[in-house]
Amino acid sequence: MPLIAITDVKKRFGDNEVLKGINIDVDPGEVIAIIGKSGSGKSTLLRCINGLESIDDGSILVAGAHLAPDEASLKALRLKVGMIFQQFNLFPHLSVGRNVMLSQMVVKKTPKAEAEAMARRMLDRVGLAHKFDAYPEQLSGGQQQRVAIARALAMQPIALLCDEITSSLDPELVAEVLAVVRELAADGMTLLMVTHEMQFARDVCNRVVFMHEGRVHESGPPEELFGAPRTPELRQFVGRH
Amino acid sequence: MMMEFSTWDILRNLLLAARWTILLSLVSFIGGALVGLLILFLRIGKGRTGRVLAAGYVELFQGTPLLMQLFLAFFGLGLFGIDVPAWLAAATALILWTAAFLAEIWRGCVEAIRRGQWEAAASLGMGYIQQMRWVILPQALRIAVPPTVGFSMQVVKGTALTSIIGFVELSKAGSMVTNATFQPFTVYGLVALIYFALCWPLSKSSQMLERKLNAPHSHH
Amino acid sequence: MTYQFDFSWIAEYLPLLLAGIAVTLELIFVGALVGVSLGITCAWIRALGPCWLRPPFVAYVELIRNTPFLIQLFFIFFGLPSIGVQFSELQAANLAMAVNLGAYSCEIIRAGIQATPRGQYEAGASLAMTPFETFRHVVMIPALQRIWPALSSQIVIVMLGSAVVSQIAAEDLTFAANYIQSRNFRAFEAYIVATAIYLLLSILLRQGLRGLGWALFPRRLP
Repeated sequence: MPLIAITDVKKRFGDNEVLKGINIDVDPGEVIAIIGKSGSGKSTLLRCINGLESIDDGSILVAGAHLAPDEASLKALRLKVGMIFQQFNLFPHLSVGRNVMLSQMVVKKTPKAEAEAMARRMLDRVGLAHKFDAYPEQLSGGQQQRVAIARALAMQPIALLCDEITSSLDPELVAEVLAVVRELAADGMTLLMVTHEMQFARDVCNRVVFMHEGRVHESGPPEELFGAPRTPELRQFVGRH
Repeated sequence: MMMEFSTWDILRNLLLAARWTILLSLVSFIGGALVGLLILFLRIGKGRTGRVLAAGYVELFQGTPLLMQLFLAFFGLGLFGIDVPAWLAAATALILWTAAFLAEIWRGCVEAIRRGQWEAAASLGMGYIQQMRWVILPQALRIAVPPTVGFSMQVVKGTALTSIIGFVELSKAGSMVTNATFQPFTVYGLVALIYFALCWPLSKSSQMLERKLNAPHSHH
Repeated sequence: MTYQFDFSWIAEYLPLLLAGIAVTLELIFVGALVGVSLGITCAWIRALGPCWLRPPFVAYVELIRNTPFLIQLFFIFFGLPSIGVQFSELQAANLAMAVNLGAYSCEIIRAGIQATPRGQYEAGASLAMTPFETFRHVVMIPALQRIWPALSSQIVIVMLGSAVVSQIAAEDLTFAANYIQSRNFRAFEAYIVATAIYLLLSILLRQGLRGLGWALFPRRLP
């Protein structure tokens, strides 16, 4: 059984149909890269899987549970699936450690000591244990994004959604974030990432999904997709990257 | 009875009356903050009716003169058959007026928090109340302090209008002392200076807080 | 509550209400025109003018912003005659509103001027314009456009504040309501009607100023 089953998902913003029937099954431990031009709907798809956008049609199942728009099922879903954002979205009023502890304590009601221990473990995992008491504004973009990853991991999700997590980073900071993601993949974490890092997608992902105008245009193992694109759209896209 | 007033006598009378200005300002500000909080949560909440009502409330109180609100409170409360003391009408109108402005200021602060903050909190499994309580409000509160302090000065100035419905505070005392001394230039000059002494520290500290907020690394 | 509302008097007093509305509109029109001009001058001096000229303008702005409009009005109308400066009720009301709005708009416009990128001044200077020419032709219009919403709200606030000029017997809308309720003893209704008219005026004024903004600044700021 797939971990995440996306069936016939449609999403409209007003007259603009952004997702025109998406079907993707994600197996446990799979690492999937979603690529495509901006406006192809790839970020919207990710946001739908996390319930940040409601879907107009179709269904999304996560570990057998239906995604419904009420607060209880949204919460259940988000406990299973973590999300990392392009803009990091760390909480600026909280220290790094507190950022990682907050949702454990208020959502899962984890006791403080336990949450702190978990936060230190997760920060250590992304190589930032020494920044526990720093504030987000004192960190580089790459460090902030690694904290965001630790924050999501602390909720012990079964899958992570990564929405262009290196796109707002200076080029020299991209590698440190990708290194963390690479380790997560090696540890068997299920990852669904929208990315522009084609080399990374080639090296790390099991499967690449090329989206074009709200549809899955092509999908398959990276060597197949990048090596022998079948459609002119993908050929053009790969040629430019 | 005719008597001579020295400038000191005038000042002493005005300062005594200024106590009522301060008291009324405090009552209005604190009461207004409480009512304003209620309006704020209706305004940014999920219920459509609440949002519309709160928006209407703000529009009504920001779109009409405070003086009219005072008159309506004074004569409107009178319709209930009670003899309305001026202080009650004054406090009622000022509280409702303050609430509208504070609710609107605070709404701006809540809306200034980037959408990503809501989304990050949501993606971590927090519900609406938790997102509000742990992520949005702490940040909104920080940026709300300078404009809120700044508005407290508007409340102090607003109390001057209560003299018109007969509440004896600094402005009313100014008129009364003028009628007794025939020295309007001195009296109103002094009244203005006392208001200045009350308001200037508030507006200055608002500016300083604003600057401090905008300074980098404000956690240290 | 058994109170019977009675609005049957409106027809009889309509001319009086209309005359009051006319005075309120005249007050805000003159007040805004003179006040904003004063504000621009004052903002220019405070932001870019000679240093020695700034302190009196700082004092003016701070004094006005930190005292109630009612007291400013009383000072002008009751206080100034004792040093030989006499005004009619309307003149005093107009003056008080202009002086009041001048101080507020000075601060608002100054913020707009200070948000001007440095490069604009440098570009002006490199084209051999004097600082004043640069201000007049390069800085001022975008600065005004930037703060137009804030300035508009302040003008509406001053219009609503003008209700107190009835206290020096300037015959504005509030004065009309006061007069009516003293005649027909229908105070609550008289003030309800006046309040409704003020609400309408403030909505119309806000829309009008927005339209004026579009007309004055047809291009969007980058």
